[in-house]
Amino acid sequence: MAEVALETQGLTMRFGGVVAANRVDFKLRARELRCLIGPNGAGKSTFFKCITGLQSPTEGEVYMRGVETTGWMPHQIASLGVGMKTQTPNVMDSLSVHENIWLAARRFHDSREADHKTQEIIDLLALGAIARDDLGRLAHGERQRVELGLVAVGDPWLILLDEPAAGLGAEEVERMTAIIHVLNRQAALVIVEHDMQFIRSIAQTVTVFHQGKVLIEDHVDRVMSDPVVRNVYLGKKS
Amino acid sequence: MPGDLKREAIAIAVVTGALILVLPLIIGTYTLTVLAVYGMLGLSLGLIWGFGGILCFGQAAFFGLGAYAYAISAINIGESTIPMLLAVLVPAVFAVLLGAMMFYGRLNDVYLGVITLVVTLILFKVINSTAGPQYMIGNARLGGFNGIPGFQTLNVPGKPDAYIWGDSYFYVCAVLLGFVYLLVTVLLRSSFGRIAVGIRENEVRMSLMGYDVRARKTVMFAIGAAIAGLAGGLFANWAEIVTPNLFSLSQSAEIIIWCIVGGLGTRLGPVLGAAGLAYLKFLLGQQALVDNALVTGLILVLFVLLLPKGVVPALSGLWRVSVGRRPPGRIRRRRRSRHRERLHG
Repeated sequence: MAEVALETQGLTMRFGGVVAANRVDFKLRARELRCLIGPNGAGKSTFFKCITGLQSPTEGEVYMRGVETTGWMPHQIASLGVGMKTQTPNVMDSLSVHENIWLAARRFHDSREADHKTQEIIDLLALGAIARDDLGRLAHGERQRVELGLVAVGDPWLILLDEPAAGLGAEEVERMTAIIHVLNRQAALVIVEHDMQFIRSIAQTVTVFHQGKVLIEDHVDRVMSDPVVRNVYLGKKS
Repeated sequence: MPGDLKREAIAIAVVTGALILVLPLIIGTYTLTVLAVYGMLGLSLGLIWGFGGILCFGQAAFFGLGAYAYAISAINIGESTIPMLLAVLVPAVFAVLLGAMMFYGRLNDVYLGVITLVVTLILFKVINSTAGPQYMIGNARLGGFNGIPGFQTLNVPGKPDAYIWGDSYFYVCAVLLGFVYLLVTVLLRSSFGRIAVGIRENEVRMSLMGYDVRARKTVMFAIGAAIAGLAGGLFANWAEIVTPNLFSLSQSAEIIIWCIVGGLGTRLGPVLGAAGLAYLKFLLGQQALVDNALVTGLILVLFVLLLPKGVVPALSGLWRVSVGRRPPGRIRRRRRSRHRERLHG
């Protein structure tokens, strides 16, 4: 059996009376690529935040490579080798692209090695032409790509991406798909997305969230044709 | 990078040296000394606020603690070397405790301001109420609102009778200011400094990258307090008395105004803002026509409205625009270096 990268058991998150995540059992094998879908408010982002330590779950446990990380701080979890891209671009706006990626690289390497790694990522993501520009001045798609670079430069073995394709043009989505495939060679990925075409192009297994619970977890084709899923999610969308 | 740093270190040394030679021809060294001390105090807040993103409303608390630590230990020891070290250490340790409480308690911007402000006021109240003879630390009477006079002032290390005063004391303060400025420069170029700027920009992102934001902010806060404490110790030597007014609200507010006027996010701005505004206050103090606080307030309002980034960023922007051929040269150099990087990669 392949190693388990991430597992949650009975993960529950309550905000007052609202149950944002309700007894979520989730399992991800090493180097697996999984997509999470679900209507707005289904608990996908809350689930992510509980895993990365941005919120600590009301009940339940989180395990990463067999280590229990429930209630850990975000920096402790990130130090294990877990990278996350949040839903809204979360970057250092008044610093250059190079400095942004360098800061991420510096966490795991000394200063000179970080320079080297930064250059590698800049080449991989084709950011060379804008490497010295401040991030605040860049277009949305470029910022998304830089944030992906921040995550990738730490060589994580688990990557969580919250809507990486949101707001991107067709060409940028294609580039994003290619990058994700490169990242997937080293790391397990969990991707929250709404763009169905994008999901079809990258995913094998899809997990559907609905009202804080896992509704169904299956191959992408079976999920897409499932009448219940169509009803709660796809039906509403059209 | 190290070559750059060397050049900058030489520039700092040359500029400091030149100012030490030239300024006494225009302004008396007694006034200049306190301007240098205030410059250092401005720099301490400029570092933690402008680069660390920590808005501390109570930088005066560390300044005052440094001054009191010096005065009390100087009376007890009778020699100035250890008291000077204590003036740096006591505020730094205090800042570690206060900072850890705030940052590990996940307090952010506004609450940080409130707590630092309140701590300053508490210190002000406490020191003010120590007038009775029962408030002694060793041989030093705290003296309440009258403060502590008559302590041993700065002497040549190991020789309590060889006082450093007058012109030579100005040289000591100015050189120390240059030295602290250099230390801040080195700090900001180090990984620690670059990461601190990253934390200023986006704490959540930095913690998702694996940096312990709480610990790093606490350390930054303590470095700022150590510099403010050094300035406090030097101030005590200059004034030859320490009073609770060092902890006052107006002192704290002034430091913030120095930083805003001089320019946040620069090293030079807070130093110039402090020295400039303190000198202006000194000049205004010699007449009775307009009130001091009124003018300071007016300057703050005008700067916020007209030059919100402060003097130094505005001037460096002007420099970039007016020395016209620079931008293309820059781009060319950048392209070349990029080309070089590609060859190396």
